[in-house]
Amino acid sequence: MKSSVITFPGSNCDRDMDVALKKFGFKNKMVWHDDNELPKSDLIVLPGGFSYGDYLRCGSMASKSKIMHSVINFANSGGMVMGICNGFQILVETGLVPGVLLRNKYLEFICKNVFVKIKDKENKYFKNIDNEVLEFHIAHNEGNYFCSNDQLKEIEDNNQIAINYCDKYGKIEDQYNPNGSIKNIAGIFNKEKNVLGMMPHPERMIDKSLSGEDGSLFFKNLLNNLK
Amino acid sequence: MIVNEKVAIDHGLKKEEYVKICELLKRTPNITELGIFSAMWNEHCSYKSSRLHLKKLPTKGKKVIQGPGENAGVIDIEDNDAIVFKIESHNHPSFIEPYQGAATGVGGIMRDVFTMGARPIANLNSIHFGSTQHKKTKNLLRGVVHGIGGYGNCMGVPTIAGQTSFDSSYNGNILVNAMTLGLVKKDKIFYSKAAGINKPVIYVGSKTGRDGIHGASMASASFDDKIEEKKPTVQVGDPFTEKLLLEACLELMAGDSIIAIQDMGAAGLTSSSIEMASKGNLGIEINLNRVPCREAKMSPYEIMLSESQERMLIVLENGKEEQAKKIFDKWNLDFAVIGKTTKSKKIELYFDNEKVADIPVNTLVENSPMYDRKWKKAKLPKKNNIKKEDIKHLKIIDVLKKILANPNVCSKEWIWEQYDHTVMGDTIQKPGGDAGVVRVHGTDKAVAASVDSSAVYCWAHPLTGGKQVVCESFRNLIAVGAKPVAITNCLNFGSPENQDNMGEFVECVQGIGEASEYLKFPVVSGNVSFYNQTKDQGIKPTPTIGGVGLIKDYKNMVTMEFKEADNLVLVIGKTEGHIDQSLFARNILDEKNGPPPEVNLFNEKNNGETLLKLIDNNLIKSAHDVSLGGIITAVAKMCIKGKMGINIKKPKYLINEIEYLFAEDQGRYIIEINKKNFKKVADILNKNAVHFDELGTIIENELYINDKTKVTIDELSTSNKSWLKNYMSK
Repeated sequence: MKSSVITFPGSNCDRDMDVALKKFGFKNKMVWHDDNELPKSDLIVLPGGFSYGDYLRCGSMASKSKIMHSVINFANSGGMVMGICNGFQILVETGLVPGVLLRNKYLEFICKNVFVKIKDKENKYFKNIDNEVLEFHIAHNEGNYFCSNDQLKEIEDNNQIAINYCDKYGKIEDQYNPNGSIKNIAGIFNKEKNVLGMMPHPERMIDKSLSGEDGSLFFKNLLNNLK
Repeated sequence: MIVNEKVAIDHGLKKEEYVKICELLKRTPNITELGIFSAMWNEHCSYKSSRLHLKKLPTKGKKVIQGPGENAGVIDIEDNDAIVFKIESHNHPSFIEPYQGAATGVGGIMRDVFTMGARPIANLNSIHFGSTQHKKTKNLLRGVVHGIGGYGNCMGVPTIAGQTSFDSSYNGNILVNAMTLGLVKKDKIFYSKAAGINKPVIYVGSKTGRDGIHGASMASASFDDKIEEKKPTVQVGDPFTEKLLLEACLELMAGDSIIAIQDMGAAGLTSSSIEMASKGNLGIEINLNRVPCREAKMSPYEIMLSESQERMLIVLENGKEEQAKKIFDKWNLDFAVIGKTTKSKKIELYFDNEKVADIPVNTLVENSPMYDRKWKKAKLPKKNNIKKEDIKHLKIIDVLKKILANPNVCSKEWIWEQYDHTVMGDTIQKPGGDAGVVRVHGTDKAVAASVDSSAVYCWAHPLTGGKQVVCESFRNLIAVGAKPVAITNCLNFGSPENQDNMGEFVECVQGIGEASEYLKFPVVSGNVSFYNQTKDQGIKPTPTIGGVGLIKDYKNMVTMEFKEADNLVLVIGKTEGHIDQSLFARNILDEKNGPPPEVNLFNEKNNGETLLKLIDNNLIKSAHDVSLGGIITAVAKMCIKGKMGINIKKPKYLINEIEYLFAEDQGRYIIEINKKNFKKVADILNKNAVHFDELGTIIENELYINDKTKVTIDELSTSNKSWLKNYMSK
């Protein structure tokens, strides 16, 4: 399987994502934001970081990069596009996934392990994962997902919620919501579920010496689903 | 503007220094030249009060590739890998403007590291604030933490460890010390020594603005009532530009076009150009009209003294300009050829076709003032006699809970959860342990780092305190299974013009020197920050030590949380019951006098090295050094982190229970071992003449002391974890 990770000026999880994808068998290429063409890919990843320094609005300038025209076309024709953290913020700014990401409720950057419950498995990202709950890692300042009531209804009706913050047993309650996201939303899909945006970083959970190994589970499964 | 003695004094120069400048130049300097002299001759840049004493520090060792004098120190970690590291203060600006002050402190130290060709792989910080009751403390703490996070997180470099303390002596002068470690190939280290004549001098990075002018001079003076007016001397950071600068520099460094490179830190273009020329024994000629400026009509004086951030100066090989420019264009950064190296050994500046400065380089560097300041030797204070009736009524568990919730002991989770500590995917020991540990990417090796300071001990007796801090750093590295390699120091003191403060400096440095010599733990880089003083009130002497150690196989790393019920817990090192200057004495008994615990370097080295042997033999399940709050505090933290309990039986020494549990004797560790390995462990300890006590057995959920006192770990955990969160949310 071929993957591509886009590097924007200010991306800083691009290498980590490259390491993770390669570890689980993807043939990964790094793509510069100023390029026009995407290499042939089965998966495009917009990595975490601070593209354009988060100036103006997180993700807004990166969403207008040259390469994003190709990424949007790729997504609209059904290609798999995954945005992690800042990548999620970029996806939101392109309109590929609905809603916005506001500053965390307590106005502070948060870096810690969290649990997320998989809300929908009818998609190539989470299909066949046995677990209901994964332990992931978050590191962000603007991960407070928000959308209008109408949008929320639509998202729920279409089963577009991918993962929710929860406790280790999968209980989705306010006290397990690290950033104030509406309905504890940690990640969502587009309608067709080929585009996934999520705040947690599975690429930081790929080794038992690190924060945990549930990221390994995620990547292995993703690769199998794409085969 | 006409330059005279008054103008010179307004620039922070002393009368006799101004006279010396006129003598060296054989004329009166113009205003630009005076600005340059004031920037180079201030305490911050010239080390004029400290140089004499810093010379005595041991700086050499088998593993030392580069000692002090470069942008940062470099140590060998084998296989052609090297670690570049340094700690630096940003105290004065952080008090005036906490967010930007702290942020640019972090940005500056990272630049020092990647200037040498190393990719930063870890950040640490040591931050000190006034009393928790002081009206400014909360805002300063919040601002500093946001600033450190704001810069480091954006750069994508994990902040893996740190230290936070509160003491009323920092009410008017907080301390912000930032440390960075970078990884480089041994044969690709870059230095700041210029070489060759007529080589292009290149300016890269951000544009030059009017921010930070006189920053270095501001950091070389005490504070008074008008500090608010100094806000414009604080630099403004842009971590995004620095991230681009990092990537662009590393891309250029992959080739072979750079002769020398130097970041523009304190005193900006002035110190960077002069340092490169001085080290290369060359001259530099700069056309200031070519310097990219952010604001219109900047004068030569402003351009030379600006401390705008995220800028570098490079001496390039001839003919490589186009190729280099392409890289900086790609990263959207300014790139300008602003001058060339010359054989004149002078710094010559041109602006609007006029020569605006003409100064021999040696007058600025070698001829800069050096003072042998007067200093007073400190006496070792008399021991207190702690009376039995003073401690008889104390309940151990109540005292323990108070200590665990003490601002200087409590969990700092509120702080480090705001720092990205996992980016780069190699952090294998997060903040909250004895040391932070990151893997050397793609290898089995790992590097451990810790920052430590013990202002109270240094204040009570500077010589002992200086030794103790180095030992604590040594211990923290060993506790995670790392072999200590070298240190960097950040020496934060009051005014060197005050004999007591100068004495504290001299004796702390002597202590640091003695300990690092004995432990073979050399000083490879550092920074001095004097004048941490408001009016006549100086801070407690606070030398901060940043220690770095190597773990050959990261799978052998040790952590501090208790692992398994039924395992045995031992104390390595002898407990004499030293209570004076302990957290217990100061905060529970309210006794602030007396000597700090004695440092025995032989025991320190022997105990540490023996523990490393135990770790190498895979006999250690967890380990933690004993510091503030003594044995019981160390054990309680291991319980809290591991969510396990312990059944403690005090050994049958003559000293009483309270002294045994709360004393802060040095050279001690708590270790957890499997019962069946007890004999093996005891043999190794005995063979090496290391004293040890059997302290107890690990159990579930509760902490028992001598079967009569108990408390649940949940309760201890709440005491430890809630204080800071509550304080900051009030």
